[in-house]
Parts: sequence; structure tokens; C-alpha cells
Amino acid sequence: MIDLVTDSGPRSSPWQNAKVVGIKEETARAKSFQLALPEPAPHLAGQHYVVRLTAPDGYTASRSYSIASAPGDPRELEITVERLEGGEVSTFLHDEVAVGDELDVRGPIGGWFVWEGDVPALLVGGGSGVVPLMAMLRYARLNGKVDLVRLVVSVRTPEDLYYAEEIAGPESALVYTRVTPAAFPRPPARLTPEDIPQPIAAGTRAYVCGSSGFADAASHMLVDLGVPAPQVRVERFGPSG
Amino acid sequence: MGRFTRGFSGRGQKERDLRLPPGQYDTGDRWPVLTAEVTPRVDTATWSFTVDGLVAKPATWSWDEIHALPASTFAGDIHCVTTWSKLGVNFGGVSIDTLLGAAGVQPSATHVLARSSTGYTTNLPLADVTGDKAWVAWEYEGKPLPVEHGGPARLLVPHLYFWKSAKWVSGLQLLDHDEPGFWERNGYHDRGDPWLEQRYQGD
Ligand SMILES: Cc1cc2nc3c(=O)[nH]c(=O)nc-3n(C[C@H](O)[C@H](O)[C@H](O)COP(=O)(O)OP(=O)(O)OC[C@H]3O[C@@H](n4cnc5c(N)ncnc54)[C@H](O)[C@@H]3O)c2cc1C
Repeated sequence: MIDLVTDSGPRSSPWQNAKVVGIKEETARAKSFQLALPEPAPHLAGQHYVVRLTAPDGYTASRSYSIASAPGDPRELEITVERLEGGEVSTFLHDEVAVGDELDVRGPIGGWFVWEGDVPALLVGGGSGVVPLMAMLRYARLNGKVDLVRLVVSVRTPEDLYYAEEIAGPESALVYTRVTPAAFPRPPARLTPEDIPQPIAAGTRAYVCGSSGFADAASHMLVDLGVPAPQVRVERFGPSG
Repeated sequence: MGRFTRGFSGRGQKERDLRLPPGQYDTGDRWPVLTAEVTPRVDTATWSFTVDGLVAKPATWSWDEIHALPASTFAGDIHCVTTWSKLGVNFGGVSIDTLLGAAGVQPSATHVLARSSTGYTTNLPLADVTGDKAWVAWEYEGKPLPVEHGGPARLLVPHLYFWKSAKWVSGLQLLDHDEPGFWERNGYHDRGDPWLEQRYQGD
């Protein structure tokens, strides 16, 4: 039974005019944006912001982007955006937005796909799905809770890994589906049950994030490994057929 | 107001389609999947749908029984809070009016709480699911509704944001008060009218 009553979800979050204070290339197809908000709001790991673009004729386009930065991190709010060819908002953010620009944002939003450091968390992400999980990992590391967290990230090649210099650690495992780094012990292949750290502690909550196909495969895998379905929280990004 | 994003002019849209509520875009042939849970496998052999709460007599239908009710279809548009809309779609199923009629709604009922086999819930004013505005739908474009889109059967309330159209729906509870459902407890609007952009609590 899904039952989560939280007071931490946003009650009403106004639009704010955020300033882009930093842009970092994570991979050839992903950029992180550091945003300074006029009225910074506390967030939970896993929440997202909505970014709204407005054309001079009043036309708007809004999309959701997960927060990558940890709750309580005094540095700027960070989002990471994958550039989808032909995508309206992601290509604009990649190709046009520069440091110093302003963006309308609203958030933080979401009270379900959040981890507050209260239960063991098994984080499974594919591609850009690592973004909200990174907020959880960063939060755990900042607060001495890494023992509660296990992270598995699936990417196509080493060049596709976000937060590459930061993500490695005893609590995180990488799965490469197409190309591995030199001397990597695991051959390139899609996520398998053996890639999930086991045993899975009782009371573990799983957070699965990625494309719809990845999310389906990974969430069913976790259920097959014995995680009760109501303990698997899923967030799906991006296009599907 | 009047503030626009430097360099943004939109994806060279032609004329804006008047069927699109504010802030929505046409997703075309695609139908994005947004589900917060593990996609369940629901077997039509054991499937049931129940109307209970403030009714004269709770009523339950099996898969075969609900198909024996008068068929009803919807042709129109659907709108997701994540800003995509899908225009000109067709669903088939049974009108909620038919189901409520069979159970007999008590006069004190003002809201419904829809529930799914996954435990998902969503709340709606009774007036939003009556008057031929809402369905239990099992057909999409003449074919069985795919499981990732809520099959074998989902609630369909197309005039509200699509999270109200609970996937894998298993019942409706009639209430004399509004009781926030899953997304509504997590910051989303209690009613969710796309034409009023009621996306989040407080909108
Ligand atoms: C809660 C949530 C959190 C998210 N977090 C993140 C995040 O942290 N990072 C991230 O990168 N994304 C995230 N997303 C996804 C993000 O919101 C956008 O969906 C994504 O950036 C694509 O938007 P876009 O405007 O670039 O593409 P869109 O214009 O929406 O198009 C999406 C894709 O479909 C294709 N397409 C568009 N129209 C058509 C058509 N008519 N026919 C065929 N193909 C078409 C485009 O080429 C593109 O590849 C999140 C989504 C949600 C719901």
C-alpha cells in the first residue's frame, strides 16, 4: 500500500527568477547548471524544479529537472540536463543559455521520490536518471549516512557517466552497457540481478530512475530479488513510444 | 510579466493549437509514461472494480460483468501536468455514471477517492466524475489499453490533468469530504483543471 503523508512537500512554490551562476559540462551530452535563487528554498533529495522558458510572444515551454545538489549544501542549487536531439527545452538550455542568464524556475516539487536519510536506500539509475540519486548520495555523504546507501548506475560508456570524479566510492557500483574502461572486470552488458548489491537489507527502500524502459526493467528486477513492490519508488524521465 | 527568456522563441511552432491548455505542448504520436510505482501485472481473470463508501449498496464487477454494461467512448484530448498533451485520442469503456447508478449514490456524497491495485489513490469532486465526463477505460484506439498506460483498465477523467486518471484502477469510494490522494498529498493540486493551470497546491 502506498501511503506517504509528508508535510515536506511544497505547499505553494512561486515562480522565481534564477540566475545561472555556473555551467559545467558533465559529458558531451549533459550539462550541470548552478542556479542562484532570489529566495532559496530548502529541498529534499529527489525533488525537482520546473524550468520555464518564455518567448517574446508569450509562448512558454516548461520541463521538470531533478535537483542534483544535496539538501543543506550551502552552494548553489544544481540541475543536470541531458541534451535530447530535437528536444525543445533541453537543446535551448544546452545551446543558448550562458552564465549570467536568468531562468524562471519553480520548486522544489515532489514528496514521493525523496529520501530523507531515514531508511536504507538502494538507488538504481540509468543515464540521466542518476541526477536525483546523486542528490541522495551527496546528502548521505554530507551527513554521515553513507552506510544507508547503495548506488548502482548504468551508463553506455565511460564518457556518458555524470559526476565522474565524484561518484566513485565503496557505496557505488557502475554498470557499462556498451563500452567499459580499460581493465574493468565486468564485460559490457545491460543491468543484471548480479549487479544489484546483495543481500538487500530488510526495510530497504529502492529508488529507480531513468528512461521508462530502464525503470521497468530495474524495478521488476528488484521485486524479483525480494524487494516488496510498495518499497520501490520509480521516476521515469524522457520520451517513450 | 513581460519577462522573457533571452534567445528563446519556441520550437518554430506554427499556429498554436487552440485545443492546448496554457503551458501545454503537443506530444504528437508519443505517449510518455509517468508512473511512480512498479508497473503491476493485473490479470483480467481476477480483476474487479468496486464502488463503495456513501452508496446505497456497494457494487463490484468482474472483468466480464463490466464489459456487459453499456459501452461508452471518449474522443478528445488528454493533458499531463508535466506539460505534454495528446490531442485527438479515443478511449472505450464504461461511463462512471453507469457504475454510480448501479450502486446508488447517497445524497451526502460530495467527493470520490479512486484507488488502484498498486495502492495509488487520487481524489476528485463527485461533479467531476458524473455527467458523462469520466470513464473506466480499457480500450485505446480500438485496442486493449497497454499495461504501461494503466491496462487492463484505468480511470479516465480527460478534462483534468492526467494523474487524476488513475492507472490500474480498482475502485471508487464515495465520501462526504475531500481526502487528498497520492500526488495531492505530495504537493499537487486537489482538482487539477488544466485550463486553470491547477498544477500544484496553491495554484
Ligand atoms: C520529475 C521529472 C524529473 C526530470 N529530471 C530530469 C533531469 O534531472 N535531467 C534531464 O535531463 N531530464 C529530466 N527530466 C526530463 C525533462 O523534464 C524533459 O522531459 C527533457 O529534458 C526533454 O525535454 P525537451 O523539451 O528537451 O524535449 P521535448 O521537446 O519534450 O522532446 C522530447 C524528445 O522527444 C522528441 N520529440 C519531440 N517531439 C516529437 C515528435 N512530435 N515526434 C517524435 N519525437 C519527438 C525530441 O526530439 C526529444 O528527443 C525529468 C522529467 C520529470 C518528469
